[in-house]
Amino acid sequence: MAGNGKPKLALYWASSCGGCEIAVLALHEKILDVADAFDIVFWPCVMDFKEADIEAMEDGSIDICLFNGAIRNDDNEHMAHLMRQKSKVMVAFGSCAMEGCMPGLANFADREQMMKFIYHDSPSTDNPEGIEPQLVTEVAEGNLRLPAFWNTVRTLDQVVPVEYYLPGCPPEAKWIEAAVGAILSGELPPPGSVIGLDVTVCDECPRTKNEKKITRFYRPQEIIPDPDICLLEQGIFCAGIATRGGCGALCPQVNMGCRGCYGPNEGVIDGGARLIGAIGSVIEGRTAEDIDAVLDTLPDPAGYFYRFSLPHSLLQRVHLVNDNGRNVAQPIKEVPRLDPGLNV
Amino acid sequence: MPEKNYSEINPAWEGRKPVIVGFLCNWCSYRAADLAGTSRFGYPATLRDIRIMCTGRLDPTFVIKALREGADGVLVMGCHPHQCHYDEGNYKAMRRMALLRRTLAQLGVHPDRIQLGWASAAQGALFTETVAAMTERIAELGPLEWRDTIEDNITPRMPSPEIEEVVHGR
Repeated sequence: MAGNGKPKLALYWASSCGGCEIAVLALHEKILDVADAFDIVFWPCVMDFKEADIEAMEDGSIDICLFNGAIRNDDNEHMAHLMRQKSKVMVAFGSCAMEGCMPGLANFADREQMMKFIYHDSPSTDNPEGIEPQLVTEVAEGNLRLPAFWNTVRTLDQVVPVEYYLPGCPPEAKWIEAAVGAILSGELPPPGSVIGLDVTVCDECPRTKNEKKITRFYRPQEIIPDPDICLLEQGIFCAGIATRGGCGALCPQVNMGCRGCYGPNEGVIDGGARLIGAIGSVIEGRTAEDIDAVLDTLPDPAGYFYRFSLPHSLLQRVHLVNDNGRNVAQPIKEVPRLDPGLNV
Repeated sequence: MPEKNYSEINPAWEGRKPVIVGFLCNWCSYRAADLAGTSRFGYPATLRDIRIMCTGRLDPTFVIKALREGADGVLVMGCHPHQCHYDEGNYKAMRRMALLRRTLAQLGVHPDRIQLGWASAAQGALFTETVAAMTERIAELGPLEWRDTIEDNITPRMPSPEIEEVVHGR
């Protein structure tokens, strides 16, 4: 493989679902161009190269690494450092590597709460002996070791420096093409850039938009939406107003509110906070009681606002309280209500 | 006004005092704060006030960033309902604060740490009472220290000597 003069490409998955790998295959026949143009040196999902092959390479010898997945255990972290060391350009590929995405929802809990639910309490768990994964297991052949599970999920750029970001869950094929094209032509944007558009999903959404005055929210199963009018106006939560475009507004076009997978627009520090600002300004009510009544129809606001971005937000995770030396996640259970005294 | 010893209320303060970031609207509450000053009303020295043109300008990012950067609480104050200089900025603030408090509760921030209130330009006394009451409440709740608690868990770390050994051994 070495010495064929082609730029070297590596793809790696950390804590992810595999959807980003499928997104690469969604390039369809253009994947052949990618295979023609690049020397693919590492792609665990598709090709049989080992970690040792990468370790044997010289530092900085991989031209570009497309890294998808969040960093949730010590193996992810080790691979992030390894790929960074060997790669000239590191791309946070997809929402997990960029913002934390679904794995990042674990930051609403802590490690022990997660283990307890997954191995004991979840309705589909059948584990009468209460077996939990152990870090090290002794067997006749020696010690077997599983990756150590961190308390907090992090994004790629919280672990190693990252040159480019490719948003989306998963990224749309046209943007993967754009990224690959930019690399091949050498016309790369300045480091730190997000490869994509700087407009919101609303700009791409064909639905008719009027003034928004939301008097209650509907969950998708509670309403048959009008196919032509803005979903948010109909009370269906849609994150499009504070989400980066580039996807072509796929979800709103099939009666599903935007979920926010492309993350916030350029210059926004905290996507969830922007959504709070945007949604807060389109709901109705001038009294504490009326406002609370509207918000009571929107259960789990933090889940809506930080669905894709909790690890990359300002607060990063649910607050931890020290309980006898252990850091325990402690959300507030009661729903706060506005003070009726604010009405005067 | 003599400084309180906050560690008597909650030992976690250990000699430091609560830090409250205040976002005050230019037309009413900031002027109430001015009036409190010129009238020489005493109130706890816990508030770091920032003037904004209208509470409707308050991006929730400001509040979250204040908490992240070390504030123990955030107080937002504007004009009374029906008295907003821009007609309805304070209603927008009310809706956003309601949504923000619900969201932050899920992230473990006690809603009493984020308070909304009104004071007209003539209500210097009401302003100082609000700050005193909020300081009292934050003193009971104890320090937030978001950054310290979180960063311990975010910086790369090896949780036990056992892992240390295994990682280096592989």
